[in-house]
Amino acid sequence: MKLTDSEKAMLDGREGPARRKAMELLVRYGEALNVERFVETTNVAGVPGTSNPFLESYYREPGDRYDVIFSRFDLDSDEVIEVPRINVNSCHLQGGVDPENWETLGAKPEHLKISQAGESSAASRGIKILKTCTPYLAGNVPTKGEHCAWMESSAVVYCNSVLAARTNTEGRESTSAAMLTGRIPDYGFHQDAHRRATHHIEVEVPVDDIFNWGMLGYFAGDVVGERIPVLTGEYSQANLIHHKHFGAAAASSGGVEMYHVVGVTPEAPTLEAALGGNRPVEKIRYGKAERRRTYETLNARGKDPNVDFVMLGCPHYSLDQIQAACRLLKGKRVSANCKLWIFTSRVVRAMADREGLTKIIRDAGGVLLTDTCSSISQAVPPGTKVAALDSAKQTHYLPAIMGIEAWFGTTQDCINAAVSGRWNGVAP
Amino acid sequence: MNENKGGKVIVLRGRKVVGGCAEGEALVTKQTISGWGGVNPMTGTVIETRHELRGVSFKDKILVCPGAKGSSGWSAVFHIARLAGAAPKALLFNEMTTKIALGAVVMRIPTLTDLDQDPLALIETGDWVKVDADRGIVEIRKTLARAGSAAISAAV
Repeated sequence: MKLTDSEKAMLDGREGPARRKAMELLVRYGEALNVERFVETTNVAGVPGTSNPFLESYYREPGDRYDVIFSRFDLDSDEVIEVPRINVNSCHLQGGVDPENWETLGAKPEHLKISQAGESSAASRGIKILKTCTPYLAGNVPTKGEHCAWMESSAVVYCNSVLAARTNTEGRESTSAAMLTGRIPDYGFHQDAHRRATHHIEVEVPVDDIFNWGMLGYFAGDVVGERIPVLTGEYSQANLIHHKHFGAAAASSGGVEMYHVVGVTPEAPTLEAALGGNRPVEKIRYGKAERRRTYETLNARGKDPNVDFVMLGCPHYSLDQIQAACRLLKGKRVSANCKLWIFTSRVVRAMADREGLTKIIRDAGGVLLTDTCSSISQAVPPGTKVAALDSAKQTHYLPAIMGIEAWFGTTQDCINAAVSGRWNGVAP
Repeated sequence: MNENKGGKVIVLRGRKVVGGCAEGEALVTKQTISGWGGVNPMTGTVIETRHELRGVSFKDKILVCPGAKGSSGWSAVFHIARLAGAAPKALLFNEMTTKIALGAVVMRIPTLTDLDQDPLALIETGDWVKVDADRGIVEIRKTLARAGSAAISAAV
């Protein structure tokens, strides 16, 4: 790789052992990607130094726990170095434990202790503890063209597509190294040529709510895989929440890291612009049959209509979504046979508390949780057999992770299921 | 380019992603693999609901796949698989992504991509595969039972 003088200084250890180890890892990674240089990144989102019982028991050596885990695991280093203060704008994404409702999640006190120790160590090094998969809803909104190094596939796809900032889907090790160095390989979405659409999806059915944007995203990811779709057709002006659900779904069924919606996303004023003058590799229609098939695929793990768990908030609910859930819950009570968990970020939770929304949910028999979700923390209420979800992404992951059944439907279908204990969703 | 000793060994050449040498039995899938939420890193078993390898472990295998998909937790999950002793012995793939590049780096296993012929077409599960990532060479020994069409087409 061709390194600048300051990159060479980091690699030579002139900026200290932590930056040397971080640079060594980034060079291994850059060589694996076959790239020549790094870009300077000013916005890093990862899970630096996050521990869990497995890592705690695996790395038993003495020393500062944060330094040990950050060195050994995050930097894949064979020696333990001291992690200095981070100078690059960096945040911590979602974690595994809600510090308030950890008992609801079935976490053990030791899990909470590990999580809180890691959190204060990261904060003391200057890392912002957002603890959410939606950093863009918690104050981290990159600007157009900003080179970022983000983890969390649903945040990555939002960052590229909606904000026109630039990031690949980075991993834990590369983001932690980027926090120390401000560098990330100049690959993929950092380059103009890589941001052009490859597949044209013509939307022939109306798409105007979370449910439909989620299904369309799940379809898009399934048909384009890791490539870049551009949409034209019968969708409404998508809002932040629609993008959040579309992108999360497309990044789950496939590996979509960027998409274009003609007339809506910033790099797609026209179809031609989104394609960058190229012809699409493939033109795909999304009509009634495709929508029906997508719905059936998402509901393939739903058999028993008796729902004992409703989980909302994947990706983390925005304040509007919490308000909407509260409107649907008004005057109702969650069934004695069912649990309702709604996940959001700490920032949004603080607003929900002030607005009295947290209390509305609690009074109806549900819980508003933060920091994590059922898939991340591998936590569902004891005895859960059948879940109801309004997120295509969570529907993709949760049944596989927890070995349970799951239904996918609208937010209204899910709240209805929480109240009645029965699934009554209907195929579109 | 193919060296084909007695019709038994197929040789592919590719680009080094991570150096090193390893040999073992191939596990081949034509489907991309999810890391986080797609595999159990403690056993190396694929758990994704709709995956053709569901229930199968890649532990100690030469994993041959189109590439990676899904969550950004890909590298961390495969990194944990390495710590748990459940990583593959080597990796051959077609489509480069940041997920699989970083995952291969932190698994520290010999890895090649950009092979001169499609490994998914030439290698079958059960074949004995030798990967010399430093030299960019893959040697495939077809298992007797399956030394049929793939080996023949490779020799053409």
